[in-house]
Amino acid sequence: MKKIISLLILMVIALSALSIAHADPEQDRKSIIKFFETRFVGIPLSEYVNGVYAYDTIGRESWEAIEEFPPYEIAIEKGQDMWEKPFANGKTYTDCFPDGPAIAQKYPHWDKKQAMVMTLPLAINQCREANGEKLLKYKKGSINNILAYIAFESRGKKTHVVIPKDAPGALAAYEDGKKFFFTRRGQLNFSCATCHIQNAGNRIRSDNLSPALGHTTHFPVYRSKWGAVGTLHRRFTGCNKQVRAKPFKAQGEQYRNLEYFLTYLSNGLELNGPGSRK
Amino acid sequence: MIKTIRGLSVSGTLVLIAALLSPASSAVSAEQKTAKGSDLEQGKKLAFSRKKGNCLACHMIKDGVSPGNIAPPLLMMKSRFPDKKVLRAQIWDASKRNPETAMPLFGKYEVLTGDELDKVVDFIYSL
Ligand code: HEC
Ligand code: HEC
Repeated sequence: MKKIISLLILMVIALSALSIAHADPEQDRKSIIKFFETRFVGIPLSEYVNGVYAYDTIGRESWEAIEEFPPYEIAIEKGQDMWEKPFANGKTYTDCFPDGPAIAQKYPHWDKKQAMVMTLPLAINQCREANGEKLLKYKKGSINNILAYIAFESRGKKTHVVIPKDAPGALAAYEDGKKFFFTRRGQLNFSCATCHIQNAGNRIRSDNLSPALGHTTHFPVYRSKWGAVGTLHRRFTGCNKQVRAKPFKAQGEQYRNLEYFLTYLSNGLELNGPGSRK
Repeated sequence: MIKTIRGLSVSGTLVLIAALLSPASSAVSAEQKTAKGSDLEQGKKLAFSRKKGNCLACHMIKDGVSPGNIAPPLLMMKSRFPDKKVLRAQIWDASKRNPETAMPLFGKYEVLTGDELDKVVDFIYSL
């Protein structure tokens, strides 16, 4: 216990020092992995893609039973239809994404031209806009179908977020996301790290808290609480609301930068979306 | 938590040990006498309510259903907190004792009103 706490304190000090001086994302990633390795001895890194079920052995049983008949299967099918059906102008998604649907591992990335973090949902809507199609909403609805299809097709690829050295904005965006993650907010005064680092593996009421490591590998996610598949930014919104903080705009700069940081932590972990959760 | 332990002065530790060794009642001074039954009921409601204290999110408390395990169980509070004011201060602003605390700052951030907080303190003190 003592050891873990002092490690955490060290880590927090290290992170705050890093954010002032030379930021090194690779050092961040390694210290967070080390923190979890020390806390959850014997759990291999590859298990973190399963979120809380990496260590919640009771919850894991019912989760595995659910995964036998995945509740997100319909979303994948509908998403495939969306992918294949031509737009009104005759073009398809393949005109925007020539590499096909197995592309989740390319996101988020630093878009040099637009000088911003590009996420998959945003890229999908930019494609639609360019082809005169209606924009999709970013939290609920049919965007989750196409995301589910892309996630499914990308299974087995590895998270691979790059922070290009020749684009200073990229590192700044990562730093911004990291700051967001460690900043306390809301009347209840929690940061993301309070729950998903400091208290990962502890129960808040009956909810076991998942580790930040692996958070992004399996989105979009079917949640029984939602009764639907939802996006990562929908989840961010929910987590902000539970601490009585005002949520930010889905696909706005704050959440995109947060996604950039959070996904970077999972570099090297396998993509296994879509997922299902409580 | 390390900080918390360091933060306790030597005399504070001695008082704590004395309180643990002596019967709980002897540590209760006149001004700290127990609150009325109805107030205690209200305090309990406030402490258990998800919209108000929601202490059960993190603490085990007698009679509370499916508590979390983020924080220490709340029991024998009179021996843990011989001085009720210290208990109130903990609930008012937990970051004073531990800047890295996961506990909401119930008073400072007005999660509870002063009156509500007093009732919660009375209830917790009765445990
Ligand atoms: C008060 C506690 C709390 C805070 C603060 C919090 N979360 Fe959560 N979060 C939860 C709970 C509870 C769940 C559902 C159980 C789980 O998977 O951890 C969850 C789930 C998640 C998930 C889904 C995990 C999965 O495997 O699908 C992500 C991603 C997430 N949170 C990110 C964040 C981010 C980013 C922040 C900060 C903006 C944040 N959380 C703040 C409690 C919190
Ligand atoms: C989200 C988590 C959380 C909630 C909700 C919470 N606490 Fe705490 N509490 C903690 C933690 C963690 C500690 C351990 C000390 C620290 O880290 O600040 C603590 C410590 C305490 C202590 C000191 C215990 C000791 O023996 O030193 C008291 C008293 C206390 N809490 C009362 C309450 C009351 C009353 C409520 C509800 C009105 C409450 N707490 C709600 C997390 C929480």
